[in-house]
Amino acid sequence: MLTIDQATYDAIVAHAKRDHPVEACGMVAGPAGSDRAERFIEMVNAAGSPTFYEYDSTDLLELYKEMDDRDEEPVVVYHSHTATEAYPSVTDIKLASEPNAHYVLVSTREHGNNEGPVDFRSYRIVDGEVTEEEVSVVSTLTRSSS
Amino acid sequence: MAIEVRIPTILRTYTGGEKAVSGDGGSLSALIDDLEANHPGIKERLIEGGDLRRFVNIYINDEDVRFLGGLEAELSDGDQVVVLPAVAGGSRYALA
Repeated sequence: MLTIDQATYDAIVAHAKRDHPVEACGMVAGPAGSDRAERFIEMVNAAGSPTFYEYDSTDLLELYKEMDDRDEEPVVVYHSHTATEAYPSVTDIKLASEPNAHYVLVSTREHGNNEGPVDFRSYRIVDGEVTEEEVSVVSTLTRSSS
Repeated sequence: MAIEVRIPTILRTYTGGEKAVSGDGGSLSALIDDLEANHPGIKERLIEGGDLRRFVNIYINDEDVRFLGGLEAELSDGDQVVVLPAVAGGSRYALA
């Protein structure tokens, strides 16, 4: 199960809506081994594409060095699909390289940049195998929530 | 003296869980062969068809090796090498 606080959930959805029809991407980092999604990090989609995303290679290195310095790891790796459902594509599955992370997919195909609900779903992707998991949105992360 | 190589989570199965290993080589290509000798299987995860894999990033002293000559990039003792898989994906080729 992914436990995520409302503010972080809202930030991911806002990013996805803002960047629509380009795919939005980012991470939520947390203390290594904690499974706590604490630090929201919006990334630039260097591909600038409605059907593909990729972190810029310099941004990627900076992000991982920063997480390393802070003893953090990626807890959530999110991106949006802007014309298809919130389910990992073949590309997503093939390129997933964080077996400990929750892969969050947001679909903005219904309302685009506008107000309105989005599909927000979470998966584990390990060795090419996708497992959907429940998403629990809480007001704030507590010690027992993860 | 040696070259420190930072290994990402997904490739630590080849390094016995180690986050960093040391290697040797005057070029990235030679370093990867040296890594393969000590951590069999790792080379295939970095190289495909004689070139660096498209979705694996390798940095020498914080510089993407694609700007340093790729596999021919030169290395010296004390250099730091970081391997990071791309964070990428998207709906292209979606099943649904």
